Amino acid sequence: MKPRIDWPGRLLLPLFMLAALPFMSPSTWLTLTVAGAAMGMMLFLMASGLTLIFGLMDVITFAHGAFISLGAYTATAVVAALPGMAASQGWAAALAVLALALMAAILAAGLVGYVFEVVIIRRVYGAHLRQILITVGGLIVAQELLVAVFGANPIPVVKPLAMQGSVELFGATIEVFRLVAVALGVAVFAGLQLVLQRTRLGLTVRAGVENIEMVEALGFRVKRLFVLVFVTGCALAGVGGVMWGLYQGLVTTAIGPEMMILVFIILIMGGMGSVTGAFVAAILVGLATNYTSFLAPRLALGSSILLMVAVLLWRPRGLFSGGR
Amino acid sequence: MRLDAILSGDRPRGRVLTVVLILAVLALAGAPFLFPGTKALGVASRICIFIVLAASYDIVLGYTGIVSFAHAMFFGIGAYGVAIALSGLGPSWGAVLLGLGGALLVSAVLATIIGFVSLRLRALYFSMVTLAVASFALIMATQAREITGGEDGLTFSVPRLLSPGFRLLADPLFGVRVDGRVITYYIVFAVAVVMFLAMLRVVNSPFGRVLQAIRENEFRAQALGYSLLLHRTLAGVIGALAATVAGAMLALVLRYNGPAASMSFEIMVDGILLMTVVGGMGTLYGPMIGAILIVLAQYQLQPALAGLSAQITGWPVLPMLVNPDRWLLWLGVLFVVIVYFFPKGLAGRR
Repeated sequence: MKPRIDWPGRLLLPLFMLAALPFMSPSTWLTLTVAGAAMGMMLFLMASGLTLIFGLMDVITFAHGAFISLGAYTATAVVAALPGMAASQGWAAALAVLALALMAAILAAGLVGYVFEVVIIRRVYGAHLRQILITVGGLIVAQELLVAVFGANPIPVVKPLAMQGSVELFGATIEVFRLVAVALGVAVFAGLQLVLQRTRLGLTVRAGVENIEMVEALGFRVKRLFVLVFVTGCALAGVGGVMWGLYQGLVTTAIGPEMMILVFIILIMGGMGSVTGAFVAAILVGLATNYTSFLAPRLALGSSILLMVAVLLWRPRGLFSGGR
Repeated sequence: MRLDAILSGDRPRGRVLTVVLILAVLALAGAPFLFPGTKALGVASRICIFIVLAASYDIVLGYTGIVSFAHAMFFGIGAYGVAIALSGLGPSWGAVLLGLGGALLVSAVLATIIGFVSLRLRALYFSMVTLAVASFALIMATQAREITGGEDGLTFSVPRLLSPGFRLLADPLFGVRVDGRVITYYIVFAVAVVMFLAMLRVVNSPFGRVLQAIRENEFRAQALGYSLLLHRTLAGVIGALAATVAGAMLALVLRYNGPAASMSFEIMVDGILLMTVVGGMGTLYGPMIGAILIVLAQYQLQPALAGLSAQITGWPVLPMLVNPDRWLLWLGVLFVVIVYFFPKGLAGRR
């Protein structure tokens, strides 16, 4: 049987963008749309790991924000350690600094994520209430440890020189860093899809999301898969943290937990467990936030919540839910 | 027999717990005379208020088994209701009642909407939706400067009977001046006792039994014909209303309200959630113990850590961790340890 194409789901994003056009001038619209897409991509980086973790492991972790913070703090440390490269003109140096920061964040967040999985998460598989409680406790501890290491004061961080400033495009001003964020987000999305759809590992993960007992019965070591997915999710949160920290230019202890509210909205809207859903929902939230902060600044977060309620009334399981 | 009627037949389990609770209630009842001083009175009021708040949260968390992050929002609504009414209408009892009534109405409507929209979905969604709604409320409270005073909050005068300048008796009683502060404390204490007993009544009623049945086995309770949505939403509304009253008391005691005092996530996580879990979910005596311990810890842990870190200056790493500003770290560790090893808390159901 040919699968029915989900036209409303696919057209939602372009329609949403078009709907905002009448309320502003085209150049403003382009600026805001790129800004929204960039923010959406960074949100996607943070949310993609969490949606996989939930989909496969049936684990909900409120401590994900700590890994975002960890990534952001790692970025400050890497940029501060390479002042010459960060301040040099060329793109090569800028990309090298960014790549180093990303790798450091992946290593740090992945490593801490591994410890977190083994020490905290593993003991509460299958118990949602205890998962929520224990990860909230873990979040408190992790945040306080970050403060103990990096200090309580906000740390300013400067983007690599080549990624500062903006370009003109069809009369709209577009920050270069936003384009970098969009490129990275699309690359990660494509990479995740490639691994999930085209490799044996991805097949196992997708099968696990569908029916974990069956995969286990077929002899796959599901627990090992769990660790891999959890560590990947934490590393992705770290990557998102690096980008968001650089984008904000100021890293505070609250940087991760603040984002978690939007991340949860994205998970719920996109359908928990769906990477495509997280991608679309993240861009929707990014766009909604940027459009409303232009039109009615006070309602920025409210717009995301309204959007979530609207989506839930339309599709109670989220936009792209795989039956869960 | 009479005692059972007052406690709705739900006595604290265990002799140690009973003795500790009786001592705590006696200490709170005589607080203004046993521990004279403005600071001690403030701590005692805070304990009474947080006992009501944590116990009301337990109706949602411990008896119904759903994690709400919006409880501090209802606490804040109560505090803001009284604060806004008193600063707008001047210090009168009418304003207090109007503020409290308005706040109760807002809380009831909000709790009903949250329940009906998000409890219809998976219980897990409820936690995330409440988190989003609570942060939106917090933003509204800080942004609507003209009404709520923004980040600075509202400072206001309370009715004359409650103001520190008021003297009930010309001469000190047992060496303590019976002024408006002491009267406020006793009103808070009395309301807390009544609220606690009322909540005890609720959880031991047939309705409370259904809540516990849903918590233990959702499917079976549904099969018996009980509506999950209706019972969970009603539990949420009851919890929200009690939290609103607690918030109103906080505003009267502090004669001030702001986002950090009542609505913030620190209040939610480091206060309400920690108290309920540490004390023990599923029995109202647990949050009572939890509230007493955590409020005392909040006042005592920092000085204790300061003393400890003065002892070990020069050691590697450790001074960083016992820095007095890191008191929350140790409460967090305690929280994780309790969820692991004592899932029922200090006084949880057996």
